[in-house]
Amino acid sequence: MSSRDSILAKIKAIPTEKKPLPEIPDFELNINLKEAFIQSIKGNKGEVIDQAQLNEFLEINRFTKIIDLSKSFQDLGTLDLPQDAHDLADVEVAIIKGQFGVAENGAIWLTDENMGLRALPFITEHLVIVLDEKSLVDNMHAAYYKIGNQPSGFGLFLAGPSKTADIEQSLVIGAHGAKSLQVVLTNL
Amino acid sequence: MSHPAKASEFLEDSAKSKWHDETLWFVRDKRDTISKSIPEWEQLRELASQIKDNVLSNLDSYLVEFEKKAKANNIHIHWAKDAEEHNQIVLSILQQHRCKAIVKSKSILTEECHLNPFLEENGVEVVDTDLGERIVQFLNQPPSHIVLPAIHLKKRDISEIFHEKLQTEKGNEDPTYLTHAARVHLREKFLGAKVAITGVNFGVAETGEFVVCTNEGNADMGVHLADVHIACMGIEKIIPRRKDLGVFLRLLARSATGQPITNYNSHFRSPAQGKQIHIVLLDNGRTTQLGREKFKNSLKCIRCGACMNTCPIYRRSGGYSYGSVVPGPIGSILSPGLDLKKHSSLPFASTLCGSCTDVCPVKINIHEQLYEWRQEITKDQGTNAKSISMKIANGIFAVPFAYKVSGAIMRGALKILPDSITYSGLNTWGKQRDLPETPKETFKEWYKKNRS
Repeated sequence: MSSRDSILAKIKAIPTEKKPLPEIPDFELNINLKEAFIQSIKGNKGEVIDQAQLNEFLEINRFTKIIDLSKSFQDLGTLDLPQDAHDLADVEVAIIKGQFGVAENGAIWLTDENMGLRALPFITEHLVIVLDEKSLVDNMHAAYYKIGNQPSGFGLFLAGPSKTADIEQSLVIGAHGAKSLQVVLTNL
Repeated sequence: MSHPAKASEFLEDSAKSKWHDETLWFVRDKRDTISKSIPEWEQLRELASQIKDNVLSNLDSYLVEFEKKAKANNIHIHWAKDAEEHNQIVLSILQQHRCKAIVKSKSILTEECHLNPFLEENGVEVVDTDLGERIVQFLNQPPSHIVLPAIHLKKRDISEIFHEKLQTEKGNEDPTYLTHAARVHLREKFLGAKVAITGVNFGVAETGEFVVCTNEGNADMGVHLADVHIACMGIEKIIPRRKDLGVFLRLLARSATGQPITNYNSHFRSPAQGKQIHIVLLDNGRTTQLGREKFKNSLKCIRCGACMNTCPIYRRSGGYSYGSVVPGPIGSILSPGLDLKKHSSLPFASTLCGSCTDVCPVKINIHEQLYEWRQEITKDQGTNAKSISMKIANGIFAVPFAYKVSGAIMRGALKILPDSITYSGLNTWGKQRDLPETPKETFKEWYKKNRS
């Protein structure tokens, strides 16, 4: 018997009482979605900015390697998306569009179509996500309701920059992935 | 070596063990604060527990559904009955791709299988990419905590090993400086690896997708740059529906570190163009545990580590004192199921205070299972020193005269006996404890004088 069949047979042989699968309530939150989202992003060590602040951020730092897939403003990019993810190693700023945000924890839903290459939101030194204010939902139950059966090859709830506290519990931002996350909330 | 013996080693450095105790309590406290910010917290725990009950009572059909959906998404599925088969499967995938160096993100399951030494023996360089895991890997140590692998180390220790391995400045203990040195070092490894290994937090039967959660982004840095992603998954990690993730992702990070969600929660459903995803489904004793009515609930565990952070024994004895891959309260009910003889002291490494059960996000009755294991073990092993003394005590308490006489003897004896006897190795209770001053008279004598 293959390992597959023997594992399944072993489970089948165990007498069990079937337990029902519970339905999950909405647990609606009566909160100001925008305020809560901004607080959550701050708590996750990201920042919420507007378009003017984004332009300022790019100018002051004189970034020259920018990939902009957001299609939200005039194209701010200086580089095209390469074929191979390894060529993203030097990207300074990636600007992408988020599908929706979750107020209770700041998580932003992204799929393949937003990322271009799956490595992009991780490997870039700074990440900017453009998000429509009206897309905010209250909690993770509403979030999965919104995702529904969306058939994305890769989906990501991204809630902040890369961080670690593995050295004596001291929080350090920028472990392996993006050293900063800035969310541009738009109200179009 | 037993838990008490290894715990006393950890307690030799009292400043460090005090720091360990306080730091984990701080994490526990953060968990309390954030859980109280959600009014439906207790309801979420109940839901999570019920969903897992449903999974455990239909595991075979969910696994078959998961396999079918994943295969339809172009994911390769492998089944391993034990650690050896698991490791062989991983090695054969590496050999097919002529891969000699891999990056691996945190996976307790691969620790359980001792995958790293196996691959190294077969000429594969394994780089653990979670910062805490890289640190303990440099030191040839296993993780001492499943969420905080290097919590037993101080920054001085990390600075020293980084100076040796990564040529950082001698004596520079700044966590930001050290983390950035690791970032530079690991980025090179990410860019060079053809195969990346991750664990799995949740596998969704309905869609065939699986979810991996990190704060560092190391799992994603590895897999999106590699050609092949191998995900190693215990068969109990299945959940039925996508929407169940809403319950578990709300509970996981809040229970683990007191944050509302991990910063990266990646849902892998099908490989990117030109790439491969393999899932290795592992049994390794899980079906046996499922067949043990009293202990099967331990399979609900989502590996948040909350029971470790709250446990008065874990906090004071450190992860290594348990000598098992998963330490702490949950490890003490999982490990005896794998090797009862080796892990027979673990169910006793508990005060049975029940705090582990109180914080568990999937409501595993951990302290009750610890008690049940004690029953199994004492049935197995018969008498020990403690049970002999209990029998003597039983005899004394049953006969009033014996009680009176022995009380008088003890009051006299404790004053005269040298500490070397009172605190001898035979009396484990005497370790780290002082006996109270003995009163001059019995309560009975005192009562006669003062109240009659």
